Amino acid sequence: MKEFLFVFRNDYRAMHKSSPEEMQAETKRWMDWIGGIAAQNKLVDRGNRLADDGNTVKPGNVITDGPYMEIKESIGGYTLVRAESLEDATEMAKGCPIFQNGGSVEVRAINPL
Amino acid sequence: MKQSEELIPHLFRTEYRKLTAVLTKIFGLEHIEIAEDISSDTFLMASETWGIKGLPENPVAWLYTVAKNKAKDYLKRNTLFDQKIIPHIQNNISEIQEFEIDLSDQNITDCQLQMMFAVCHPSISTEAQISLSLRVLCGFGIDEIANAFLTNKEVINKRLFRAKEKLRTEQVKIELPNPSEIENRLEIVLRTLYLLFNEGYYSSGKDVTLRKDVCLEAMRLTNLLLENKATNKPIVNALISLMCFHSSRFEARINPNGETILYQDQNEDLWNEELIIQGEYFLNQAYVGDKLSKYHLEAGIAYWHTLKQDTKEKWENILQLYNKLLQLEYSPIAALNRTYALSKANGKNEAIIEAEKLNLVSNHLYHALLGNLYTGIENSKAIFHFQAALKLTKSKADKLVMAKNIHDLESA
Repeated sequence: MKEFLFVFRNDYRAMHKSSPEEMQAETKRWMDWIGGIAAQNKLVDRGNRLADDGNTVKPGNVITDGPYMEIKESIGGYTLVRAESLEDATEMAKGCPIFQNGGSVEVRAINPL
Repeated sequence: MKQSEELIPHLFRTEYRKLTAVLTKIFGLEHIEIAEDISSDTFLMASETWGIKGLPENPVAWLYTVAKNKAKDYLKRNTLFDQKIIPHIQNNISEIQEFEIDLSDQNITDCQLQMMFAVCHPSISTEAQISLSLRVLCGFGIDEIANAFLTNKEVINKRLFRAKEKLRTEQVKIELPNPSEIENRLEIVLRTLYLLFNEGYYSSGKDVTLRKDVCLEAMRLTNLLLENKATNKPIVNALISLMCFHSSRFEARINPNGETILYQDQNEDLWNEELIIQGEYFLNQAYVGDKLSKYHLEAGIAYWHTLKQDTKEKWENILQLYNKLLQLEYSPIAALNRTYALSKANGKNEAIIEAEKLNLVSNHLYHALLGNLYTGIENSKAIFHFQAALKLTKSKADKLVMAKNIHDLESA
């Protein structure tokens, strides 16, 4: 088994404001998805969500506010999983609820130092 | 005569461990055998004397006096006293005559609590911690422990011997850990108590009374932790809450042959309402901190199981608790139970897809779950899985249930 990082990206600024019911349903979909990975004993670390605000530091002490840079999508969170292969990990990512809101999951193999 | 025959085993169970804890505290853990011998001798003397002369007015006081005298005699005649024990005796008591053995309730409780931390020392294996707890903290006989572990006396004797050796070489002291260590050490104590409880609750041993005793002892020891300020933490409340909820079903979940009755087939009139209420009380106490342990989650799951009615809300809550539990700690049984809750909350079709991913093909419960999920959806697959479960399980009761399921499906 190897470890893989799921990076969750979405255009969080463009997302419409959800009603409490929608938010609750959204949370449930995420919990069920993560729970399903954990039930296969393939969850390494559920990771975290990233807050909206942030800075990007560039050469010459240039600081731009926000993590967004030029692209619209930003990283909303990450999770570490265990899988036999990149194919397996990718298969696992297919169930992610983020696709319902137009987001994406980047699947990257971890190369241990 | 008859009276003392009935009373002595009872007193042995309640008083042996108290004498042993207090005496071991005095002699030091490295001389625990001496403490155990003196406690045993006291009971031997009781059974001889009470059998002839009848019961003393206050049997417990009688036991304490005899044990004290035996301990003093031992100290007087044994050269060990000067060489080895004196340095260990606290408060530097120099004269045996002045030497008092404190068998007050408070000191007994303190000694037992400290003993619990000593026995659950990280230097010895979990199995040894449980065996030693049963022996020293619960006063179980070697054959009872062997029965509880479904093994023989030699194995247990060896295990206890090695564990005591280890505690000796590690120079483990009978004391409460420092405040800075207490949280980590408490976790080990709780894990041992949790496993001790499960040993009684989930064991396949035939002796139902013994199994119940093991559970009650685990609860008694957990209560000792609750009674002390230093150890009355939310996580301890979570554990006792879990134990209360589970044991509330004790009468309903085992038939007279010691076989398990499935949750959905239990007679809820046999559920113990008082224990359920206590469980709820402790669960509320457990939620004062911000640290969520697996005991919190398991207690929450057990709480929802005390509601017999099959509502959407119930299974949704159970599902989310299992989702969290599995993120904290994976276990095949939690994975299977989670998938069952998923079928109740989100429907069978989704649960089948998730169940197939678990791939626990050598586990009979995995096949029993899939058999259950496929029933009414694809009966041929249901039969296939029930047959696999039938082949894999060792329990007679399970075999009967699987055979009945197959029969029902085939004749449907």
